[in-house]
Amino acid sequence: MVGIIGPNGAGKTTLLTLVNGLGKLLQGRVEVLGYSLQKGCPAFLRRRIGYVPQIQNIDPRMPVSVREVVMMGRYGRLGLLRRPGPADRRVVDSMLQLVGMSHLASRPIGHLSGGEQQRVAIARALAQEPEILLLDEPTAALDRRARVEIMTLVSEIHRSRHLTTLMVTHELKTAAAVCDRLILMKEGRIWAQGTPAEVLREEVLDLLFGGENMMENAIALQ
Amino acid sequence: MDLSILSYQFMQNAILAGLLGGVACSLIGVFVVTMNLSFIGVAISHAAFAGALCGAWLGFNPLAGAFLFSLVAAAVIGPLADRGEFNPDTPIGIIFSVTMGMAFLFMGLLPGPKTQALELLWGSILTVNDRDLLLLAIVAAVVVSLVVLFFKEIQAVIFHREVALAVGIPASLIFYGLLFLTGSVITASLRSIGGLLIFNLILNPAAAAYQLTYNLPLMFVLSSFFGVLSTWVGLFLSCLFDLPSGATIVIVSAVIFVIAASFSPKRKVKKWREEVSAGPGKVLF
Repeated sequence: MVGIIGPNGAGKTTLLTLVNGLGKLLQGRVEVLGYSLQKGCPAFLRRRIGYVPQIQNIDPRMPVSVREVVMMGRYGRLGLLRRPGPADRRVVDSMLQLVGMSHLASRPIGHLSGGEQQRVAIARALAQEPEILLLDEPTAALDRRARVEIMTLVSEIHRSRHLTTLMVTHELKTAAAVCDRLILMKEGRIWAQGTPAEVLREEVLDLLFGGENMMENAIALQ
Repeated sequence: MDLSILSYQFMQNAILAGLLGGVACSLIGVFVVTMNLSFIGVAISHAAFAGALCGAWLGFNPLAGAFLFSLVAAAVIGPLADRGEFNPDTPIGIIFSVTMGMAFLFMGLLPGPKTQALELLWGSILTVNDRDLLLLAIVAAVVVSLVVLFFKEIQAVIFHREVALAVGIPASLIFYGLLFLTGSVITASLRSIGGLLIFNLILNPAAAAYQLTYNLPLMFVLSSFFGVLSTWVGLFLSCLFDLPSGATIVIVSAVIFVIAASFSPKRKVKKWREEVSAGPGKVLF
């Protein structure tokens, strides 16, 4: 499990989305699952990568249910002109159960709280049966309780499924607790990388955040 | 009321045009409403109108001009909406004003009486011929088939284009396909509903259906029903009171929207959201 941390505008999300081809590669080289990505990520590869984007406002009137959103994770694997079968429904049910959202399966997705929508997004990404899971600030804009719940869920999923996970986060404390490796980014470059103990040292953070967030980071590290 | 009017060929054609145009427009409307493309749709429909007048001015088939212009408008506007990082309202507004300017320029340049131009502007469902009907039938059949065949892809793109792309769906292809389909439906309905009014028939039935359900397949069905209801009731009222047919159809569709909005269960969305956050409660349809 790799955590990507750094100040705003460091290129964390860009790095994450280059892996699944949503970000545009201007120069350099990206290699994913043995394939070299020159012009974006082809559909057959995107299907093998689960992606949870940053929480976005979903129209509460959106005519799509929670179960349908999770089923969307199966659509890429199914391919065009094929309808979901019993096997797909079983996968969706088990993913809903895994994230604890079975009881809200028939609700319109827009009626759920931010934390619940994030659980559904994780279930959808897992319904793809991915080989890599990408999480873009999965706990941003959530209250403290929801943040802890989501991070516990992400950590459990990683441990139980041995799923390669890349996570962009602002929370140094949780990143240190759940990630095996951390990548610190600034101005589009990797500033430091290694185990949390190697990376989260005061002098590194001081350089990374230019002193401005030192106080907050120190509190977060305690 | 004297129903003998129904035995006339022109009336039967109008009823059929109402059915086909109502279904095609209102199905397209579901994409427009759920994907917040209202302004884009208006711009495409006015581009089609300008193209039709350009065709009439240059002496070729107005519908070919309408089709060409709407496709060009979709191809120009699509990438603007695609960027996502800024609101495309201003550039689309400029394109909209340019197409309107072009439409009235071509209308001014048209020699002789402007009957054909006005017909394209207001529409004339009572004068549709077999060729118009055939075109409408083909477009309606294509729209219905595409919605049925690619329902799951369309649903994912409606929900979230980035997510649709990430799960391996050709989301951009589907999005541009929907824009081009909008252009085709507008072109095919131009003669019967009119360039100025067509977009209302696209928007209103779907907006009414959006008020009433959280189920996307049901929204497609309700929208088609409201679309056909608007054209048929509008046609009936226009004959009864000797009113312009296109305008009457659009007003009926607006009335249906107002009724749907007044009875909409989604007006209480905020309250329900709070209930859902508090814990499991009633199941919504």
